[in-house]
Amino acid sequence: MKKKNIVQGFNRITRRLCAGAAVLSLTACAAAPGGHPRDPLESFNRGVYGFNDALDRAVIKPVATTYRDVMPSPVRTGVTNFFANLQDAWSAVNNALQLKGEAAGNSLVRFGVNSVFGLAGVLDLATEMGIERHTRDFGHTLGYWGVGPGPYLVLPLLGPSTVRDTVALPVDDQGNPLSRADVPSRNAATALKLVNTRAQLLQASEMLGQVALDPYTFTRDAYLQSRRNAVYDGNPPDEEVIPAPGDKADQ
Amino acid sequence: MQRRFLLRWLSLVGGVALTLGTLPARAADEAPDALIGRLTKDALDTIQADKAIQAGDVDRIIELMDQKVMPYVNFQRMTSSAVGPAWRKATPEQRARLESEFKKLLVRTYSGAMSQAKNLTFSIKPMRAAPEDKEVIVRTLIKGRGDPVQLDYRLEKTAGEGAGWKIYNLNVLGVWLVDTYRSQFSQEINAKGLDGLIATLTERNKANAAAGAAKPAKG
Repeated sequence: MKKKNIVQGFNRITRRLCAGAAVLSLTACAAAPGGHPRDPLESFNRGVYGFNDALDRAVIKPVATTYRDVMPSPVRTGVTNFFANLQDAWSAVNNALQLKGEAAGNSLVRFGVNSVFGLAGVLDLATEMGIERHTRDFGHTLGYWGVGPGPYLVLPLLGPSTVRDTVALPVDDQGNPLSRADVPSRNAATALKLVNTRAQLLQASEMLGQVALDPYTFTRDAYLQSRRNAVYDGNPPDEEVIPAPGDKADQ
Repeated sequence: MQRRFLLRWLSLVGGVALTLGTLPARAADEAPDALIGRLTKDALDTIQADKAIQAGDVDRIIELMDQKVMPYVNFQRMTSSAVGPAWRKATPEQRARLESEFKKLLVRTYSGAMSQAKNLTFSIKPMRAAPEDKEVIVRTLIKGRGDPVQLDYRLEKTAGEGAGWKIYNLNVLGVWLVDTYRSQFSQEINAKGLDGLIATLTERNKANAAAGAAKPAKG
């Protein structure tokens, strides 16, 4: 019951945050010294991270674990495919907005093939046909046209983001066909998507606990890098050159 | 008497090991992308054939890494650039411990991923590098079920003739590994000093090993 309320509130929260983000980024100019240059809002972010983590431990992770154990693997794959198919349609639009003709075409064909022949996207026939997926959201599109990511931002429930990606969220929301469904089915779909995604990440999150000295910092640095990588299509320019060990001073 | 014999024996074995160790690198003029291709193929083939690895046997994976991958990795450079400026002030003992603990931690990262590797294929993207380049990036794509995984390597040409190439950074899905540890390490160093970082790493590795022994990872 509680979970449903949370999910209902979740769209509202993200909308408010978008408005808040602009203000926050201004107030955050007085960043803590010695902090990460891309994370002036660190103390706020750590608060939200702690909230997400507590919620995850108490509700989301147990539900996702049960879901993984109860649902047969083909069903889970079907759910994953279904949501990925909707994303493909939106990726087609964003690839087009980024003037990436081939990627846009592929995404569109993927959406067409899987929607028509793949039981509304439950089966991913397009991948088996060798048509590549090019996942792109509106945050990528803004980045492509030169909008910088801005400060790192952790969103309630949604996790790692940046100011740019957060501003893009309502647009992504509009691009999701489910946003036009009636409220109960939209909420059900959002909850299912959340649980299914979390179930996919069970192993990864366990590994994060093992390999990260500080999961917050690890997640932040990995997220910022991977978004940047995606905006540059896997080929970002060097931010800095990693020095050889100690150069001349050592050895 | 016996002691002297032992020492001589050790130095002899050491000498042999050293020669063997440098042998593969002697196959000198192998291009960096060819090297990565060979290593990847070898690793995938081994995983494919090895039930222990597929079951997530960390010790077996560490053994495999030491044998096949580590000779081609400049792990000192990886560690020093993750540690940052504090590396310069570190004593040789501190450096050695940092290296070995960091290595354990990273191998742990891989053991989880590797145990899931089944029926994988890979491709290497065309490399853009001039012949005189001392540092290059080799980009690969690992394909299995689901979306392909981007796996890139930074390599440096080692000093001396025919010494070949060595990996000094690794990119998984757009995330450079060394860079991802840099802030975490500096956080730890700022709070507790270099020995604090070493202690934290050691503790973490012990906890991971204990957890792994109690509950073997599922495949």
